[in-house]
Amino acid sequence: MESRSLAILVIDENRIRASIIEAGLRETGHENVTVVHDINGIARTIAQINPDVIVINLENPNRDMLENMFQLSRAVKRPVAMFVDRSDRASIEAAVEAGVSAYVVDGLKQERVKPILDMAIIRFNAFSRLARELEEARSELGDRKVIERAKGILMTSKGLSEEEAYGLLRKTAMNQNRKIAEIAQSLVTAAALLGEEP
Amino acid sequence: MSERHQITAGLMPLLDSALLVAAKEKGFAAGEGVDLSLMRETSWANIRDRLAVGHFQVAHMLAPMPIACNLGLTPLASRTVAPMALGLGGNAVTVSNTLWAAMTAHGARPDLDPTTAGAALKAVVAERARAGRPPLRFAVVHPHSGHNYELRYWLAACGIDPDRDIEIVILPPPLMADALAAGNIDGYCVGEPWNTAGVMLGHGHIATVKAAIWKGSPEKVLGAQAQWAENHPEALAALLRSIYRSALWCAEPANRDELAALLAGTAYIDRPREWMLPALSGKIGVGDGAVVSVEDFFVPFAKAATFPWKSHALWLYTQMVRWGQIGHDKANETIARDTYRPDIYRAALEPLGVALPGANAKVEGALKRATPVGSAGASLTLGPDGFFDGGLFDPDQIDAYIAAQARHAVR
Repeated sequence: MESRSLAILVIDENRIRASIIEAGLRETGHENVTVVHDINGIARTIAQINPDVIVINLENPNRDMLENMFQLSRAVKRPVAMFVDRSDRASIEAAVEAGVSAYVVDGLKQERVKPILDMAIIRFNAFSRLARELEEARSELGDRKVIERAKGILMTSKGLSEEEAYGLLRKTAMNQNRKIAEIAQSLVTAAALLGEEP
Repeated sequence: MSERHQITAGLMPLLDSALLVAAKEKGFAAGEGVDLSLMRETSWANIRDRLAVGHFQVAHMLAPMPIACNLGLTPLASRTVAPMALGLGGNAVTVSNTLWAAMTAHGARPDLDPTTAGAALKAVVAERARAGRPPLRFAVVHPHSGHNYELRYWLAACGIDPDRDIEIVILPPPLMADALAAGNIDGYCVGEPWNTAGVMLGHGHIATVKAAIWKGSPEKVLGAQAQWAENHPEALAALLRSIYRSALWCAEPANRDELAALLAGTAYIDRPREWMLPALSGKIGVGDGAVVSVEDFFVPFAKAATFPWKSHALWLYTQMVRWGQIGHDKANETIARDTYRPDIYRAALEPLGVALPGANAKVEGALKRATPVGSAGASLTLGPDGFFDGGLFDPDQIDAYIAAQARHAVR
């Protein structure tokens, strides 16, 4: 009985994060994992796979619907409670911080479920960090592009060398206590308005 | 005023978050020494969880939610108290254009009257049953909500069994209008601006309103994490005073446009300003260009609209019992009664010298018209607070009320 692999349902409309969680579960030996991106028809899915553990992200607006489903015994055979033990405050806090929520079939042994929750929390946090870094990288790339264009404008309109153009941007930024990318953006916008965009 | 209080409140994108939004945006919180942060959430479950882990100290909550938490009906709960209500009324029942057409064929009129609309709906329900078609599906926002209970009260009083004759599902408010358009549901009961959204987008008609089903009825409360409330009575009292001042500002017709613009902001409801105006003015566009003036559609301040009546808590509890969410016994009844805390409200507002009700509970449905009542301090008017079917709820006769409704349920 204890060796039967747990049926785990992951509900996440973010496909990348869902696959990161799924991979984590499989790495730790959980083979019986179902991933759902769309909440439509979730009652049928739950009835079919009869999950022991359900993992859902907190931004999902359908948590109220999901919880209601647990209370109606028609859809789910057994009552489901959040987390293994209501007194396990630290892991509840960590989960909410990470943006993940989990529901666990009543009576499941804590030592079997705790690692799943811990893994989900770690992977959710890792995903958030990744998304943040990606966003930063994206804006850095955007910054570089706009600076390139601003340099081009200065080089054409003022006959400056690339180095001089960059120097002028940097000096202006320092004088105004702003970022070079902001100065570059203003310049590009102004040039576009005046029809001077090369 | 030397000590500043840091309070974070969770809220849902609904019109009745107005009291909290204006408390922050119009400086009433700051004026009471409260640095109030407002965080919009995507589900009531998130609000409950973040309150439980201490991210929020207080929250915009469905009036039955703190009671459900304290009764252990929710997957995760921490002891929650309701020291203040956030207004009265504000909901409506919207049906699809198809269902409305079928209802008008059976005598429904665009006047929001719950009796004729209910009779028409009953006729449509019977017609569908005879034709062997699946039952109509209605959505509400949460099983422990005023929406669920008032929809069920209305249906049952019109002879429609909410469990057998129709299906009730749970949907988040912002998705209601789309679900109606997609044909996933035939109607919904929700707070504003999501009924107006259904009408403005051309997806549905408003059939009736909470203010007609039960006038002056409870809808949202300020839920406070009990432990925090016990440890920070001064912070809570300062917050309650600021919300009281905010409610007064929200009720002033001259502030309507400004309030609508605040609520429409990206941090709050994030929808067109025009969607906020019907609830604030009581001039409800019900569909096909018809506008119906509704007295007390949403009451932010008048008629003790922020007072946490024990009789409201107990009525909500009787509906939990009626619809099989919990069994009735004295222990549960006591938990429900003790969840609402007029004592905290009174203590917080006493220094303002404002009108306070003389009692903590009243017979609901007894006031047929606006009635001046004895109160501490300035004068206070209550009511009308009638149920559309003439029902009365006497909180001292709770066993009889529950028994009568149980008999009615098996008609």
